[in-house]
Amino acid sequence: MLFYILRRVLYALPIALAVSLICFLLVHIAPGDPVNAIISPDAPAEVVAQVRAEYGLDKPLPAQFVLWLGRVLQGDLGTSLSSGRPVVAELVVAVKNTLMLSLVAAMIGFVAGTLLGIVAAIRRGRWPDKLASALAAGGVSLPHYWLGMVLVVVFSVTLNWLPALGAGAGGSEAWAWDWEHVQFLVLPAITLSVIPMGIVTRTVRGVVIEILNQDFTVTLHGKGLQPLRIALHVLKNAAPAVLAVMGLQLGYLMGGSILVETVFSWPGTGQLLNGAIFQRDIPVLQGTILVLALIFVLLNLVVDLMQTTLDPRIKRS
Amino acid sequence: MNEPLVHVRDLNVRFVSRDATVHAVNGIDFDLAARETLCILGESGSGKSVTLRALMRLNPGSRTQVQGTVKVAGHDIVVASEREMSALRGGTVSMIFQEPMTALDPVFTIGTQIAETVRRHEGVNAAAARKRALELLELVQIPSAARRLDAYPHELSGGLRQRAMIAIALSCRPKLLLADEPTTALDATVQIQVLLLLKELQRELGMGMIFVTHDLGVACEVANRIAVMYAGRFIEEGTTGEIMRSAAHPYTQGLLGATVHAGMRGQRLTTIPGSPPNLERLPPGCAFAPRCSHVGSDCLAAVPALQRLEAGRSARCIRAQPLAA
Amino acid sequence: MNSITSSPLPCAARPDAAPSIERSDSYWQGVARRIGRDPVTLVCAAILLLMLLAILAAPWLSPHDPLQGSLLRRLQPVGSPGHLLGTDELGRDMLSRLLHGGRLSWFLGIMPVLIAVVIGASLGILAGYAGGGTNMLIMRTTDVFYAFPSVLLAVAISGALGPGITNAMLSLSLVFIPQVIRIAESTTTSVRNLDYIESARASGASVLTIVRVHLLPNVLGPIFVYSTSLISVAMILASGLSFLGLGTRPPDAEWGLMLNTLRTAIYNQPLLTMLPGLCIFVTSACFNMLSDGLRSAMDVRS
Repeated sequence: MLFYILRRVLYALPIALAVSLICFLLVHIAPGDPVNAIISPDAPAEVVAQVRAEYGLDKPLPAQFVLWLGRVLQGDLGTSLSSGRPVVAELVVAVKNTLMLSLVAAMIGFVAGTLLGIVAAIRRGRWPDKLASALAAGGVSLPHYWLGMVLVVVFSVTLNWLPALGAGAGGSEAWAWDWEHVQFLVLPAITLSVIPMGIVTRTVRGVVIEILNQDFTVTLHGKGLQPLRIALHVLKNAAPAVLAVMGLQLGYLMGGSILVETVFSWPGTGQLLNGAIFQRDIPVLQGTILVLALIFVLLNLVVDLMQTTLDPRIKRS
Repeated sequence: MNEPLVHVRDLNVRFVSRDATVHAVNGIDFDLAARETLCILGESGSGKSVTLRALMRLNPGSRTQVQGTVKVAGHDIVVASEREMSALRGGTVSMIFQEPMTALDPVFTIGTQIAETVRRHEGVNAAAARKRALELLELVQIPSAARRLDAYPHELSGGLRQRAMIAIALSCRPKLLLADEPTTALDATVQIQVLLLLKELQRELGMGMIFVTHDLGVACEVANRIAVMYAGRFIEEGTTGEIMRSAAHPYTQGLLGATVHAGMRGQRLTTIPGSPPNLERLPPGCAFAPRCSHVGSDCLAAVPALQRLEAGRSARCIRAQPLAA
Repeated sequence: MNSITSSPLPCAARPDAAPSIERSDSYWQGVARRIGRDPVTLVCAAILLLMLLAILAAPWLSPHDPLQGSLLRRLQPVGSPGHLLGTDELGRDMLSRLLHGGRLSWFLGIMPVLIAVVIGASLGILAGYAGGGTNMLIMRTTDVFYAFPSVLLAVAISGALGPGITNAMLSLSLVFIPQVIRIAESTTTSVRNLDYIESARASGASVLTIVRVHLLPNVLGPIFVYSTSLISVAMILASGLSFLGLGTRPPDAEWGLMLNTLRTAIYNQPLLTMLPGLCIFVTSACFNMLSDGLRSAMDVRS
């Protein structure tokens, strides 16, 4: 079993490496001199030359990649062109904020999605199913950045119940779980939760229906088991597939939060990316994408391992 | 006054959906005494599995309409509450299914699946239930029973899985065992073993058994009485010996004629032409008429009643005559 | 005891003798029939058709020039005289901009999917049929792209390349190609292992014939259904890119870009700001339901 875990981890490494390669190449597909990805083009000529030598920009691409990788592994993601601070410092704060937002959104989405999905599966074909499925379809087809704007219009502009922007006074550095701060979290989290809610509803509905169609559910009834016990059987069978989807959705939430964060000016990785794109702050752009992608790879690995523990049919030798 | 273990009168089962109504079972009567084995013999689509499930009310609830009288061990199945049914299933009446791979929950060990039945019906604690599960695995002659308690269904061979299913079914000493083609999915050699095991267990535990199959050989092996089913009706009933030696209904005669047995080398196999009727649109007369070589115009007028040929022997054919040996 | 009296009638002379043979429809007739009975799918298809016609006829239907605005008339509310749906922050007519914007939004939503299907299906079917080393090469490369969440990948590539319609299409295609490869490969692999392919090979059919006659009809169906669901995602993603300033550039009209530029007006004219998003939502939802309906109609088992 331990061997299996080790094998899966080892398998993830080449993926992580390839992901880093793509992030590295991003700089080079961008128009313009790669030097501008490290320091501002207004710098004096000898500084430019020095940077060029130090970063090996005259060397062939593979060599540059190795140099870059070496620095990344030591925790050096470069310096922000716009703020001058190390990228890592900015990222740490941003990742914390996005993580907070994503986790709350994930919780809302998963719980709502699971409940809706179960209701839809048990009352298949009747109105609760149609309603739940319609909600799920709506959730998945909704441009969530638009939903964010709608919610702002309703709750901030019209009703004035909730703030429209930001993370509150002091930002995330001074976060506390009181209403003064949480009120900033409500709208963004709900907005972000809609897509995972839709996807989890559909997944749970599909998985539970498939399980209820299987022969062993007839056996379970034939044994005279109580409804709660039968539900346990269904849930345990559904768990691997549903938890896998949830894990992936969490990854998408973290990686894809840019749109919602833009609408609400939430100071997370999305906001950081946004700023980096507009200011052509390549180090920040590269560093943020690298970190988010690696988090996603890690999440995929965790989901994979979790599935093995839950489903006895997967070989663990 | 000895009430039979199973008492069924005029059982009709229909499946209703938006597109069509399937008349799966159309007027069945039979009794089963304790310790007796009845075999319901028929092709796919004859309604035999539906009949079996109706005895435990296991047909899909929303679409199923059941009419008639069904009494099992003194309980009225048609009007019983869901709570009553839930207590009966697995406790007084048990079923074993055709496909043990899909009939067992893949994510629980077989030990757990046996134990939970015991705990549900007899309220014992986990340790006692596990001990009982072990005894049952030994009863059904699974080798290395102790190790197998913690095995998952996919880790066992087909024959062992079926034995595990039998163990589950027998765990609470039911009075009635229903078997829905339990050996059809098994290899020939394993089939015999499982059949013999079932016979032995029935004797030991004193159960009544209703066996559903399409295989004449299997019917011969286990049954005291055979009921041949076609298009949702019993078309012939009798003891195993009577039916095998002197079948009265043309369909049964066709079934017997279509089997391969010793001494047939060089002869042509007889077959029954045509195919079973569509259960959504049953003909008004005898359902077998389109395929029967003895049909007359009076056969098409109305469904023939069951003709009593002798005590305990009947056939649904107006031209019925038992063939001499 | 009754005895068998009359002699058996020959089969042919018996009335209602032969069991009636029902003529069953071909597969596609069945699909069309099931779709015809599905009101939701039909309504969605109708809405999409109407939208398509409207945006194609945009130059003729628009009451004003979508790029001409007057700051004097900025942010007129919905229902103003001469401007049925109001004006935007630069005084341009909303109705005209929505109609013209639809052309770009639909284009950005559908083109990348088309490109992804052509390239992705070819690669996926190749990987699925060839197996072995080819399969490993293609699928492992796909895995790497799958290691990025779609939004992130699209933003990353667009961000690096810079704004513009071509760049946006390129980055979106790159996001969807791996998804199509995956579904094409898995469908091909499962079909390829079915017995009738084996028997075709055993009877000496050439690879090309097998692919054309046996493989493609069964593989293209699921790919087609999947791509229709991809279109709904593509529209949201494409508009999202424009919303971030990475796709269409001002002063072009496009629904996502309009959402972005109207954000500042959210306090004065909230209703105006809702309109482009509503268009994206309706289009995406209809494509999604259409895809669902197609999938149910094509699923023979249900």
